Amino acid sequence: MLLIDCPYCGPRPEIEFRYGGEAHLARPHDPSTLSDEEWASFLYRRSNPKGRFAERWRHVHGCGQFFNAIRDTVSDKFACTYKTGDAPPDGVAP
Amino acid sequence: MGTFSFGSLLRNAMAGHKDWPRQWRAPDPKPAYDAIIVGAGGHGLATAYYLAKEHGVRNVAVLEKGWLGGGNTGRNTTIIRSNYLWEESEALYDHAVKLWEGLSHELNYNVMYSPRGVLMLAHNIHDIQVFKRHVHANRLAGIDNEWLTAEQAKEFCPPLNIAPGMRYPVLGAALRRRGGVARYDAVAWGYARAADRLGVDIIQNCEVKGIRRDANGAVTGVETTRGDIATKKIGVVAAGHTSVVMSMADVRMPLESFPLQALVSEPVKPVMPCVVMSNTIHAYISQSDKGELVIGAGTDQYISYSQTGGLHITTHTLDAICELFPMFRRMRMLRNWGGIVDVTPDRSPIIGKTPVPGLFVNCGWGTGGFKATPGSGHVFAATIARDEPHPIAAPFTMERFVTGRLIDEAAAAAVAH
Ligand SMILES: Cc1cc2nc3c(=O)[nH]c(=O)nc-3n(C[C@H](O)[C@H](O)[C@H](O)COP(=O)(O)OP(=O)(O)OC[C@H]3O[C@@H](n4cnc5c(N)ncnc54)[C@H](O)[C@@H]3O)c2cc1C
Ligand SMILES: [Zn+2]
Repeated sequence: MLLIDCPYCGPRPEIEFRYGGEAHLARPHDPSTLSDEEWASFLYRRSNPKGRFAERWRHVHGCGQFFNAIRDTVSDKFACTYKTGDAPPDGVAP
Repeated sequence: MGTFSFGSLLRNAMAGHKDWPRQWRAPDPKPAYDAIIVGAGGHGLATAYYLAKEHGVRNVAVLEKGWLGGGNTGRNTTIIRSNYLWEESEALYDHAVKLWEGLSHELNYNVMYSPRGVLMLAHNIHDIQVFKRHVHANRLAGIDNEWLTAEQAKEFCPPLNIAPGMRYPVLGAALRRRGGVARYDAVAWGYARAADRLGVDIIQNCEVKGIRRDANGAVTGVETTRGDIATKKIGVVAAGHTSVVMSMADVRMPLESFPLQALVSEPVKPVMPCVVMSNTIHAYISQSDKGELVIGAGTDQYISYSQTGGLHITTHTLDAICELFPMFRRMRMLRNWGGIVDVTPDRSPIIGKTPVPGLFVNCGWGTGGFKATPGSGHVFAATIARDEPHPIAAPFTMERFVTGRLIDEAAAAAVAH
């Protein structure tokens, strides 16, 4: 089980969290102008990398907040967690 | 290499089983092939076999980064069924079930296909409604699937606990009588041997590291750990690693890769007459011919390529197994492992062409593609050979995520063994 460092509450076991998938996928500003192709990219296409990955978590059984994390998808080790809206700390971005 | 027969078995038994020949060659890669398949799992090997057998494309290589059958093919719980909801899925999975029925003869290799019945348990009102809807949809499509009461389910599978006081009571079950299991190694080895006999080169310990393309973007070959190989057609059948391989041609896939775990118990005498699965509490169980209970769990929630998963996932499944089958409570588990499954947003596979000329992909089988192995290879081979989708594969193109014509098997269950 992963040990996840919630930026608001500190380290807690994974079962307190729900996964939110890939981070930093901004919802389009003007959805009505998007082509089907662009919608497909926003809704469905993912980087799914083997290695460093920026992802979202939500501390559902705790503070309830969404936040981001950088994790290595081979070792499952976290490089860091950071608040939604912040950029990842220097040097750890995928 | 010889054909397996009663005679060959007798001869080799008399000779102390010392003279069995190699079942397939270990060739070095040639400089060029007519088609290259990336990934020697069941689906990749079946694709190569049908390319050679049905389409006369014999100058084919299957490249495998590890050993053949060492991916999800060799890690799965082998449940075979075709009682899916939508017509497109019914056609695809039933195509596979029909091929399973004659596969041992076709390959001259005993794949130990055993249609012993698959029982899917309903634990709440939603399950009952969904399963009954499946039963009706399947019967309209000519696929057997029947609804059983809890008592009838217990009659079909006597070890099952149907006591009303359970945390997740058994309220009924859908029974697919033609469903069952097969031997995963034999499927990989049978296809490998049969493809090799038709001239296909199976090259193990050969990882694809890059995809080469010309000025128009069309593929011209692959870069591998055993050198560069030229080809005009590449079929990517890399399961959990599909996003990684496709990114070599700059194609971003609608896929996420998750760990999925399974475990086996110590071997015991025959106790489980059928396969039992419960999507609601993530427990999948059958008994192998060696006597081990083969138990499947759910996926972890996060993307990972670690080929292990969280222990809490398997203990959760064992909680469910112990409640459903109290007689198994004192059994010891011997091994536990994980595989990396590639999951699509609608839980249906992707089979077909890609935006890159000459590049084909067969992926997204996620938690439930073993059952489709023969059918998947069969329709994918036709798609590669003719450069247009086989009719059964046509609805499963990548374009469905642009047009919105999804084949939503996720509505019924997040996991679909
Ligand atoms: C625990 C578990 C239980 C399951 N239970 C069931 C079940 O009960 N019923 C069912 O129907 N399905 C089940 N599945 C799903 C099923 O195993 C898969 O859908 C199916 O086996 C996929 O077959 P494949 O040939 O596509 O993939 P694989 O067998 O994984 O083959 C892909 C191959 O590609 C190779 N590869 C990857 N990248 C490269 C590269 N760059 N170069 C060269 N080679 C590469 C890999 O090494 C691998 O051998 C289960 C899966 C798991 C993990
Ligand atoms: Zn918190």
